Amino acid sequence: MNILIAILVLGFIAALFGAILGYASVRFHIEGDPIVEQLDALLPQTQCGQCGYPGCKPYAEAVANGEAINKCAPGGEDTIKKIADLLGVDIQPLDENHDQNSSLGNGPTVAFIIEEDCIGCTKCIQACPVDAILGAAKQMHTILIDECTGCDLCVAPCPVDCIEMRPIPETIQNWQWDLNKIAVKQVE
Amino acid sequence: MESIIERINQHKFWQFHGGIHPPEQKALTSGKPIRQLALPKQLILPLQQHIGRQGDLLVKVGDKVLKGQALTQSTNPMAVPIHAPTSGIVSAIKKSVIAHPSGLSELCIFIDVDFEDTWQPREICQDFSKLSQQQIIKKIADSGIAGMGGAGFPTHIKVNTKPDINFLIINAAECEPYITADDLLMCEQSEAIIDGIKILDILLKPAFILIGIEDNKPKAIKALQYATKDIEKINVCVLPTKYPTGGEKQLIKVLTGKEVKSGNLPIHTGIVVQNVATCFAISDAVIHDIPLIKRVVTLTGQSLSKPQNVWVLLGTPVSHVLEQAGFTSEVAPVPNTPASNPPVSNPPVIMGGPLMGFNILNEQVPIVKTSNCILAPSKTEMPSAFDNSSNEVECIRCGQCSDVCPSQLLPQELQWSAKAKDHQQLTKLNIFDCIDCGACAYVCPSQIPLVQYYRIAKAEIRQQQQLDIKSEKAKVRFEARKLRLEKDKIAREEKHKKAAAARKATMNKKTAEGGSATSAVAAALARVKAKKKAKENSNDLAVMVDEKTVSKSIVTSSEVAENTNGNDESGEKSQVKAAIARAKAKRLAKKNEVSEGKVTHSEETKASDELRVSSSEEAETSDGLAVASNEKAEASDELRVSSSEEAEANDELRVSSSEETETSDGLTVASNEESNHETKPNNSADDKKAKIAVAIAKAKAKAKAKTKTKKEKKEPLPTSDNKKTNITTAGTDDKKARIAAAVAKAKTKAKAKAKKEHEKQEGLLRVASSEEKTSFKPSNEESE
Repeated sequence: MNILIAILVLGFIAALFGAILGYASVRFHIEGDPIVEQLDALLPQTQCGQCGYPGCKPYAEAVANGEAINKCAPGGEDTIKKIADLLGVDIQPLDENHDQNSSLGNGPTVAFIIEEDCIGCTKCIQACPVDAILGAAKQMHTILIDECTGCDLCVAPCPVDCIEMRPIPETIQNWQWDLNKIAVKQVE
Repeated sequence: MESIIERINQHKFWQFHGGIHPPEQKALTSGKPIRQLALPKQLILPLQQHIGRQGDLLVKVGDKVLKGQALTQSTNPMAVPIHAPTSGIVSAIKKSVIAHPSGLSELCIFIDVDFEDTWQPREICQDFSKLSQQQIIKKIADSGIAGMGGAGFPTHIKVNTKPDINFLIINAAECEPYITADDLLMCEQSEAIIDGIKILDILLKPAFILIGIEDNKPKAIKALQYATKDIEKINVCVLPTKYPTGGEKQLIKVLTGKEVKSGNLPIHTGIVVQNVATCFAISDAVIHDIPLIKRVVTLTGQSLSKPQNVWVLLGTPVSHVLEQAGFTSEVAPVPNTPASNPPVSNPPVIMGGPLMGFNILNEQVPIVKTSNCILAPSKTEMPSAFDNSSNEVECIRCGQCSDVCPSQLLPQELQWSAKAKDHQQLTKLNIFDCIDCGACAYVCPSQIPLVQYYRIAKAEIRQQQQLDIKSEKAKVRFEARKLRLEKDKIAREEKHKKAAAARKATMNKKTAEGGSATSAVAAALARVKAKKKAKENSNDLAVMVDEKTVSKSIVTSSEVAENTNGNDESGEKSQVKAAIARAKAKRLAKKNEVSEGKVTHSEETKASDELRVSSSEEAETSDGLAVASNEKAEASDELRVSSSEEAEANDELRVSSSEETETSDGLTVASNEESNHETKPNNSADDKKAKIAVAIAKAKAKAKAKTKTKKEKKEPLPTSDNKKTNITTAGTDDKKARIAAAVAKAKTKAKAKAKKEHEKQEGLLRVASSEEKTSFKPSNEESE
């Protein structure tokens, strides 16, 4: 008899909690995966497509669904580490298929249009994912350096090959205290 | 407040946490008066010698400048002007190494000194107490005064405050070893300094004025006490010697017991701190109209035979200063090893003191507003300065560093986090409160260069913040662009829908033309089917391709024809149709280009007038087209109109052929359609044949143009001439026209085959260009 009461009471409690959980899962349901937003916040937003996805948000969604985390070339090792921390997966080295702006090696770069060669075809304007190129058809095109993310997508479409990637100049404001890089000259 | 004043009057000051007592080494220079240096041959003046923005140039190369003449100006409040320290000629304005630990170059004005030392006209102010606050601030701003204690913050901003100031503190501490510049200045110019303090009194109206000075400067203390003996408001406070008492927040703590909160400025606690040298400069500027053109610099170190304080003109190269001080390098130059340690100049010359100074690696570095000392040690005096190798060993967790930190930080923890690049932890440990005093590195038994690690970490954190802001901006722009493209797409589709609806409306409305239109459509469809069957067995890829384009262009041309068969009101619509047809043809052509593709090179695409519509084939086809279109001509007027349109089309071809040849194809298609508009079909049979011929010729032209490479350049064809001859044979030459069209067809077919083989041999593929956005904007087209 007592056992029966005990079973009934526990069963009732279980049912009650089950109902509460069911109600909560419907009432507080959110669309989409918040992890995607967090992942997207870690990515560098260059929208270059080197990872194979058309933009950083799609790659974030893919990573949330299990895609490899080592595909972001502009993000580099730092981003891989941060994503690994967020998701709790192992750090993998950057995918070797991606050749980082190989002509200049390391360092961030921005695009530069050689104005003598530009013919005003607007193809680079259509290619830029962040609209960092100013210009109109048959007018001179120019890069807005502050907006350029260095993603490299404008270099290929140019029919006259007048866009090149240049390193961002070092100033006192962005000097990183690398004392070993300073040129030494004899004093007296 | 009163309790603070009581304590001050009783000389019972507070203490700040930590601090060190390094050997003072001030006896080298403290006994000698300030000397005037000989004028250097050249002055190098960086445009920016302060925290903030540089001004705009007022002079150019070749200008003659007078002593005290302003060289830059700006309306930006954070900009401080620079002035010519002596008369001379501007010989260059270019980038040169500046007085910064990075060794980077910034824009500098080079002045060749003419040794005349001619002043520009000045106006002496007899009584500064009569000046208004605004006037004083303007004088200070125009005189280019920045904080001369080392940071270089624009003074006119610091003294231009609204809130009530409780304390104006004058920083006469000069706590760093070796430096005696402020000491000597106070000994020799105490009157002027007090004048400057009085001017600040007028500006800030503080409740109390305190001069904080260390007790290792007895002569200066006496001088100041004498100068202020009749001024109640100014208190000379003698403080125990400790490094870094001269730090802003540390001085405030010692004098008033108040602590400036982390991240706050002294102004938030109602306190303003100014250096004595800045006060001297203020008095010079307001009373004597002398801008900031010189300062006292301590030349010290046992490598100098004449260590002394000197008045140095701003912009004097360090090489001249050292030469005047009798600098002899006692050591032979040692090559810098690429070790983990930063490179040192051989022999080492330090700008600043032993704890907060930096190595000068280039003798062209000029003295600027914030340079207070040049230290040239000897090897026995400072062996570590000559040492290239790193003596750093592991941290032994002794805790001496946190004992001495004046900002009450935890240098040991900061060091662990900095080496691990743990930015989050560093920010939690308040790394940005570190004043880079070097006390922790001074006491570290493992000789870890702590301040270097902190500086690197701070720079990295700042850069990461900048990158975050940048990527936010990029995200926003990307989203905006996506929205814009979507809107454009929707707008385009709307336009298409409207056009289609309008077409249907006309078809249904005007039954006469509508009937003929629908029958024309049916006829066209029938033709297409027949053609398809006929061409099924052909092997020619180009023809297969042509088929698609032919069918499409036939459909479009018939659509166009049916539309214009009607009335003039649809003239506009026909143009729209033409544009749409052009676009479609272009799209098709682009798709077809996937299988081939030529690299377009810059030299060939340069000036559009260099490019010619190439080849006789195209001329032939355009002939054929002209002939075909002429068949329909009744009146020669219409023909001329059509030929002129074709001429236009060919011109457009020339202009736009720099991009893609299929564009020109599209245009030829369009031009033919336009010519179709103007011509009125005589009878349906001829009409159909003509249309077929036209379409086939069009398609051939497209195939040919595609297979052409940019390298072919042939002389421009006077297509207009040929057209004219054709015009004359207009109405009577149906048969001739048909023959000509057939000939054209055959020739183009043959050439197309040849081209195809050529293509296959070369086998160049430009995947990128084919994958390029095939979407295009009608607006671009219309503007072409």
